[in-house]
Amino acid sequence: MKLLGRIALYAGLTLAALTFIYPFLWMASATFKPLTEVGTLALFPENPTLDNYRTMWARAPFGRALLNSMFVAGTITLSVLVFGSITAYAMARLRFRGSPILNAMTLGVLLVPGQLTLIPMYTLIVQLGLIDSYAALILPYLFNATAILMMRQFFLQIPQSLMDSARMDGMGELRILFTIFWPLSKPVLSIVTIFTFMGSWNEVLWPLLVVREQQLMTLPQLLTVFSLGGGAGSIGVSLASAMVLVVPVVIAYALLQRNFIESMASSGVKG
Amino acid sequence: MRAEQRSGSLMAAPYAAFLLVFAAYPILFALVLVLLKWDLVTTPEFAGLGNVRLLANDGRFWRAVANTFVFLSIHLPLQIVTALTLALALNRPLVFRSFWRAAFFLPVVISGAVVAILWSNLYATDVGLINGLLVRMGLNPVPWLTDPSTAMPAIAAMVTWKNVGFYVIIYLAGLQYIPRSCKEAIEMEGATSWQRFRHLTLPLLLPQTILVVTLSTINGFQLFIEPYVMTGGGPLRRTYSIVLYLYTNAFAYQKMGYAATIGVALALIIGAVVFIQRRVIGKAEAL
Repeated sequence: MKLLGRIALYAGLTLAALTFIYPFLWMASATFKPLTEVGTLALFPENPTLDNYRTMWARAPFGRALLNSMFVAGTITLSVLVFGSITAYAMARLRFRGSPILNAMTLGVLLVPGQLTLIPMYTLIVQLGLIDSYAALILPYLFNATAILMMRQFFLQIPQSLMDSARMDGMGELRILFTIFWPLSKPVLSIVTIFTFMGSWNEVLWPLLVVREQQLMTLPQLLTVFSLGGGAGSIGVSLASAMVLVVPVVIAYALLQRNFIESMASSGVKG
Repeated sequence: MRAEQRSGSLMAAPYAAFLLVFAAYPILFALVLVLLKWDLVTTPEFAGLGNVRLLANDGRFWRAVANTFVFLSIHLPLQIVTALTLALALNRPLVFRSFWRAAFFLPVVISGAVVAILWSNLYATDVGLINGLLVRMGLNPVPWLTDPSTAMPAIAAMVTWKNVGFYVIIYLAGLQYIPRSCKEAIEMEGATSWQRFRHLTLPLLLPQTILVVTLSTINGFQLFIEPYVMTGGGPLRRTYSIVLYLYTNAFAYQKMGYAATIGVALALIIGAVVFIQRRVIGKAEAL
């Protein structure tokens, strides 16, 4: 009976895991299939081909989009880490006027759904003349309230004595932050890095609003526009273009899955 | 003290400026936009409560709201049951636990745009994987995304598939907080495993369930890329979502005032629904 229960448990788990993994395997294999084979359930193509990738690469600037995505997500992540931690440090460890208001506003921002500010942000970007620019994609994400609160919480627990002795040695606040706080804060910094990067990497609604120039599109946007606009022309081609977005993420996830799960679960980011 | 005051203000100043420009201003300007008629090209016209009146009588908007409730009525129960089942399975002594967990979480890290494109192919009537399986089992293929009665349920099932790994982690964290002594005590009383689940585990997981309901509800009201990619809001506008309508008004019709009004209404509806859900769940617990 006990053995039967365990067999049923593992059978159930295997079935569940297949449900989550199989569609991605099917997708990967479909990109190597000629049009006539896409409809089959087989995981290994009978006549494997790279045509889908060639077509995708020739019809839309996916290489450029990959660079755009890396540049935008990288810049945002760097800013959220560096400028965000400077802010969090001040909020956690320094007394200054306005600190309580800043704290309250940060909490308040988290309660406002993004859709409320979407249109006013869009009109702001239009009026600043930033439509079709990297600035439009980056500026609204330079700071992240969730990240600041997390880092602030973490910085609060670092012993005061460390700060005191560093000040005694004549260290300035920024040096204390980057040479003493940062090395002690690796767990929270890695959490912030992953969810910020992933949030930006997967974002599609904002780019759809502020970018129309193909050369400036990030991957999810170009993929959406390309597949919807009929540019892809066939399933294989449209899935091949999706692979450009998926493969880097899956590699990073395979290597760092524990950090990914911890990071995305603690921040509430869902692709 | 003086120095601390100064460096504190200096270090916080960029963020304060950011909050003013990208949080305070948009929130206030959203309320101004509600009163305006503006296409971004000509000068804005004052419209009074025209946008609000239009919204109140806009069948398309209320269709989108109704669609969201259809979505939630399938998505929420499915999400809770699946997440709880998988979390309970993962909470047993297992080999390769982190592998199973990572497998369930995989779709969470994949872009929503990719998932939508992938599933429009899985759901495809002639060449889709799902209908391929159905036909192989001797059943008739179902036109998932083109039949008005199955399109929204199909999207709800897909969104559950995408996000469930995230909620499994939430439930798993809750399960690990249930003290062993509680389980042992209730087993000594001779409770069956169903009784143990119903009267011990489920009530103790209430905070996690509230979180799951709240987050999935907010997420459901923000549905956009799925109908945008998979159905364009059809068939018969049955999958038209509120954010898709907002986007269309801003982007295709250039109606900034009206789009902002939809945004404000959406924020209010989300607030009200989450508030009511919490009251109801709180009451259910008291019974």
